[in-house]
Amino acid sequence: MSNISDKIQKLFPDYAVEEANVPIFTVPQEKWHDTAVALRDTADLALDYLVTIVGMDWTENLGAIYYLMSTKYDTIVGFKVLAAGDRQQPYIPSVADVWHVAGLYEREVYDFFGIIFIGNPDMRRLFLNIDWVGYPFRKDYDADPALNPVSIESERQSDFTDVYSLDENGKVVKGERRIFEKDDFVVNIGPQHPATHGVLRFRTAVDGETIKKIDVYMGYIHRGVEKLCENLMYPQTLHFMDRLDYFSAHNYHHALCMIIEKAAGIEISRRAQVIRVMMDELSRIASHCLFIGTYCMDLGATTMLFYTLRVREQILDIMEKTCGARMTFNYDCIGGVMQDLAPDFVQDVKALLATLPANLKEYNDVFTGNIIAKNRLEGVGVLSREDAIAYGVTGPSGRASGWACDMRKLQPYSIYPELDFEEVVATEGDSMARFKCRLHEIEQSAKILEQLVDNIPEGECCVKVPKMLKLPVGRWFQVTEGCRGAFGLYLESDGSAKPYRLKIAPPCLPQAAVVDHITRGQKIADLITIGGSMDYIVPDIDR
Amino acid sequence: MEVTTKSMPYEAWKDNEYIEKLVNELRENGTNVVVGSLDKLINWGRSNSLWPLTFATSCCGIEFVSLGAARFDMARFGWEVARSSPRQADFMMVAGTIVLRMVPVFRRLYDQLAEPKYVIACGSCAISGGPFRNSYHVAKGIEDIVPVDVFVPGCPPRPEAMIYGIMQLSRKVKVERFFGGVNRQEKQEEFLAAHPVDGVND
Repeated sequence: MSNISDKIQKLFPDYAVEEANVPIFTVPQEKWHDTAVALRDTADLALDYLVTIVGMDWTENLGAIYYLMSTKYDTIVGFKVLAAGDRQQPYIPSVADVWHVAGLYEREVYDFFGIIFIGNPDMRRLFLNIDWVGYPFRKDYDADPALNPVSIESERQSDFTDVYSLDENGKVVKGERRIFEKDDFVVNIGPQHPATHGVLRFRTAVDGETIKKIDVYMGYIHRGVEKLCENLMYPQTLHFMDRLDYFSAHNYHHALCMIIEKAAGIEISRRAQVIRVMMDELSRIASHCLFIGTYCMDLGATTMLFYTLRVREQILDIMEKTCGARMTFNYDCIGGVMQDLAPDFVQDVKALLATLPANLKEYNDVFTGNIIAKNRLEGVGVLSREDAIAYGVTGPSGRASGWACDMRKLQPYSIYPELDFEEVVATEGDSMARFKCRLHEIEQSAKILEQLVDNIPEGECCVKVPKMLKLPVGRWFQVTEGCRGAFGLYLESDGSAKPYRLKIAPPCLPQAAVVDHITRGQKIADLITIGGSMDYIVPDIDR
Repeated sequence: MEVTTKSMPYEAWKDNEYIEKLVNELRENGTNVVVGSLDKLINWGRSNSLWPLTFATSCCGIEFVSLGAARFDMARFGWEVARSSPRQADFMMVAGTIVLRMVPVFRRLYDQLAEPKYVIACGSCAISGGPFRNSYHVAKGIEDIVPVDVFVPGCPPRPEAMIYGIMQLSRKVKVERFFGGVNRQEKQEEFLAAHPVDGVND
């Protein structure tokens, strides 16, 4: 880590550096765009992957922290940019032309904090209504329900988006831009559609049967989890993780527990580590099984759902015996896990591992080798490696494009470095590759479970943690691997028992946004194939 | 009259008071023999083929998928024909949080359901906002938006709980007067009068 700090300091000697678990450099906003280009293009930095943009309100000023990662050197580093202008109209130059996914993240920051990104081609609100009053994540936000009442009137729609620029006096000027061309034929798909995997809406411009452009419209399940967390104590914030990507419930729980433990300096027992990793991998198998089932169902192969749910139910039984729930387990807690394993856990996992190969073979026989499946999936929705990085598509979807982005390998955490498993990477980048990647990941997860199932060490499953847990002042950032990709968590503490800011960087947001890019020029029937193969979970997108 | 569903003894239901209240309401004004028998026949058919609308916003929707699969198998009860269009569905299983942006969409879906229509509020989010109740963007329960017939608590409810909930609904269908408008229908009209939407309700 210090290596990258030195390199950046050599290049930009006047930027102050703050040592956190990920070093953060402070960049003046007027230099930010040029710095960003240099960071991406300098050969020995090659910070080509924008993990997330964390919008911040430090009450005296607003700003954003950009977390960047290098796919070449696997280094991660943060850049803090304070917004210029007053609270009425704070602004930062946009870097949407440097990292493509930044355009989307900037919209999110604008939506929550009201920070304008100068030069962003699409500066609309992302999750909230066009006419929403106020910026909810600001510390002085007025949450009076009279300002933003529950309304059954349809929300106002607009064909225009805002663009902001600076005039010669340095004043912010607002302009307008059309989202679609004037004679485009726009079809609404969603939010209530059986194949959008939840309440996601695609405003699709079509030319005959060919897709010209998709405007991904989100926010139909935006629940404001990050803001809710700011008013809860650390142990209370945990349960929201179950309800983001409900298939990665264990993984997300694990991630948040880990970052809080890191901040508080809590060491957890080896037994708890092993249990957590086993639960993560069981979740991954269950998640990928459900993906295979629902994806095949979307494509018309309904029978597959019943085959794959059979395995999923088996896993849910294992979890239920230990955690007491089929979903939203709330199992990992700060200091370890809630309760010890059920007595027949080992036996059940062994039974699962024994049946898994036969099940996978069955899936391959029924679906993967099927000529209809091949025709519908192969060569459809190709995403290149460069685009996967630029659009921030991680997880199995990114790995299918040849980008080795498994955070269990890149940013090793817990006991993953000791485990022997392969990172599944394909090169085709099409829907079939994304499908197969998940099938192979099930095998790898099984491999991890095989290594651990007989080696669960004895010991306590949870260390003693004070009930009123207070974290020291500071900021922490960490990326882990959920079932769907890189899950980033940013935690800022002001020394109290509640987080000052908890930012969740979900893997599904960029995966949904990239649908626009890869469906252009494809047939509208392939939208379901492509969208399904991305395997996004809408509550995870919207939070 | 003991209102129950197939292979479920009347005593096994946990809450028979409300159904007895509905039965009394049904009996209050007496029934024409012909219309009454026809009602019974129609309700028997309707209560055994309730078609849900596939409507899921979050976690509860996944349990609804499990309900449709082989282990819990809602096809046993005649509910497996999940329709993607509200025009073809009988009831709406509101599985998940309803947020402010979703409210108009959700309300329109409800308006598009063909009469007679029913709503099951499934999970704590749909009932009260659940863990997200304090959020700036979450509706505090769907009761203010549409009339609700059955509440299924849980976060998410187990598939067994959902089965019990839909069975309650089919019981409710049985004590309705299809032609006369006793029980369900009036309440719904009152509700719509109190919560009008432009251009949808005449």
